[in-house]
Amino acid sequence: MLNVENLHVAYGQSEVLHGLDFKVRPDEIVAIMGRNGMGKTTLMKSLMGLVPTKSGTVRVGDGEITNLKSHERVARGMAFVPQGRMIFGTMTVEENIKTGLTVTGESAVPGELYEIFPVLLEMKHRRGGNLSGGQQQQLAIARALASKPKVLLLDEPTEGIQPSIIKDMARTLKRIRDERGLSIVVSEQVLSFALDIADRVLVIENGEIVHEENRATIDEAKVASFLSV
Amino acid sequence: MFDSYSISELGSIFVMQGFAGLILFSVYLLMALGLAIIFGQMGVINMAHGEFMILGAYVTYFTSQAFQHFLPALFPAYFFVAMALAFVASGTLGMIVEWGLIRHLYKRPLDTLLATWGLSLILQQVYRSVFGPREVGVELPAWMMGSLKLTDTIEVQINGLFVMTLTVIITAVVAVMMFRSRWGMQVRAVVLNRMMASAVGINTERVDRLTFGIGCGIAGVAGSAFTMIGSTGPTAGQLYIVDTFLVVVFGGAQSLIGTILSALSISQTQSTLEFFLSGSIAKVITLLGVVGILMLRPQGLFTLKVRR
Ligand SMILES: Nc1ncnc2c1ncn2[C@@H]1O[C@H](COP(=O)(O)OP(=O)(O)OP(=O)(O)O)[C@@H](O)[C@H]1O
Ligand SMILES: [Mg+2]
Repeated sequence: MLNVENLHVAYGQSEVLHGLDFKVRPDEIVAIMGRNGMGKTTLMKSLMGLVPTKSGTVRVGDGEITNLKSHERVARGMAFVPQGRMIFGTMTVEENIKTGLTVTGESAVPGELYEIFPVLLEMKHRRGGNLSGGQQQQLAIARALASKPKVLLLDEPTEGIQPSIIKDMARTLKRIRDERGLSIVVSEQVLSFALDIADRVLVIENGEIVHEENRATIDEAKVASFLSV
Repeated sequence: MFDSYSISELGSIFVMQGFAGLILFSVYLLMALGLAIIFGQMGVINMAHGEFMILGAYVTYFTSQAFQHFLPALFPAYFFVAMALAFVASGTLGMIVEWGLIRHLYKRPLDTLLATWGLSLILQQVYRSVFGPREVGVELPAWMMGSLKLTDTIEVQINGLFVMTLTVIITAVVAVMMFRSRWGMQVRAVVLNRMMASAVGINTERVDRLTFGIGCGIAGVAGSAFTMIGSTGPTAGQLYIVDTFLVVVFGGAQSLIGTILSALSISQTQSTLEFFLSGSIAKVITLLGVVGILMLRPQGLFTLKVRR
């Protein structure tokens, strides 16, 4: 579903991603692991068109999106839950979700989103900025799902979230994948979460993919060694 | 300066000057609204805002002329048509300017300041070449002319009441659009986080263009109101841009209530003082008052307290 070839990304003169290649199948969850500053956020942002791509190609299904603007990529099926969640703080929960409806043209929040995240229905008239971190994370996921994506990108969704909620989140993400058949790419530093949800794990180090393994055959100690400093 | 008037006379003077200031209030409020929307959305200070107002004033003048010559029977209603046309004309020009000029300068605030200032000079010259250097004035339909006699000493002008009613309606419509419409939601999202707004699928460039157009369109409507208190000339907009900045800064950018109260207090002070003193002294006193208050409250009258 998502097809990345030889992706180079640079901030000005300094190149941060040095030619990444990977594919994500429909229905597949891929975890991208790496320590701080290894380029996870940069990869996510470049896939969303928030950071310009230097060279390489990115495809969703059969369509190339390498040179599209962010909102055009959303229309082609990309959706993004950023690191730090970036909720629109002074807008209500309902309005936050509605911003995600822009590309679908719908005007009411689909009921199934509130079914997945009942807490958001309870709080739909509260300001997004006043929600707890875990609730904001659910809101950010709901906002991303509102655009009916084919590929969902999550950048360190577990950051600042307590272990029991992390377990819930893993369950929810798998449920979403099973119900909607979308591809999920999640960047992570927490190994247990990655092992919990991912079908495949990629390790990124200094802007290159240095290790790739299916969940079934994974050598936990080896992946852990990449993540320890 | 109040010595020669009795208390009741003073009361009447204040009330009447207050009503006389209503049109000024309307012009300030509409101008400030447009300026503040544009500034809030894209951080652009539009130095040419006064010229967008004057375009609206010219459109109003030509509409009145057209009605007088071709549709005299409908002349009483020309103002409504003129306002709509002024909105469309200034709004369209605004969108063209955004597309051709402003959008290339978004990340360079100083350059937009210079560019819009240059634009204001260009527009003034265009008006001079196309419409002539002579100032023009509209003729009011009969029903707007007179005044209502409230008491023996207090009379208020009908056109003032009328223009203010319209202004209140326009302000309310803008507020409702901001908080209820799809455009408004997109504007607020872009203001809060431009990058995230584009990552949820909002076409931020289109929102920018539309917002710039709406802000300028409202300035055009201010121009329609302006034709009732001043004569329209190529440089007449210059006189208002500074006052409008004053209103926006004084009210605290991004607060609608602040903008309304600030427009009200500045126009009323101005209008009341003008009765007793010369216009320029009145302006000096207003300015000193605003500067004094801003020294005490640098953030303006109102600020929005939010978590970001
Ligand atoms: N705007 C920027 N300009 C220049 N360099 C940047 C910019 N943003 C990130 N970088 C650099 O790019 C590299 C990768 O950063 P990135 O944010 O992608 O890391 P990350 O893997 O997401 O880290 P973390 O786990 O801390 O979120 C870092 O060396 C960082 O300093
Ligand atoms: Mg990161």
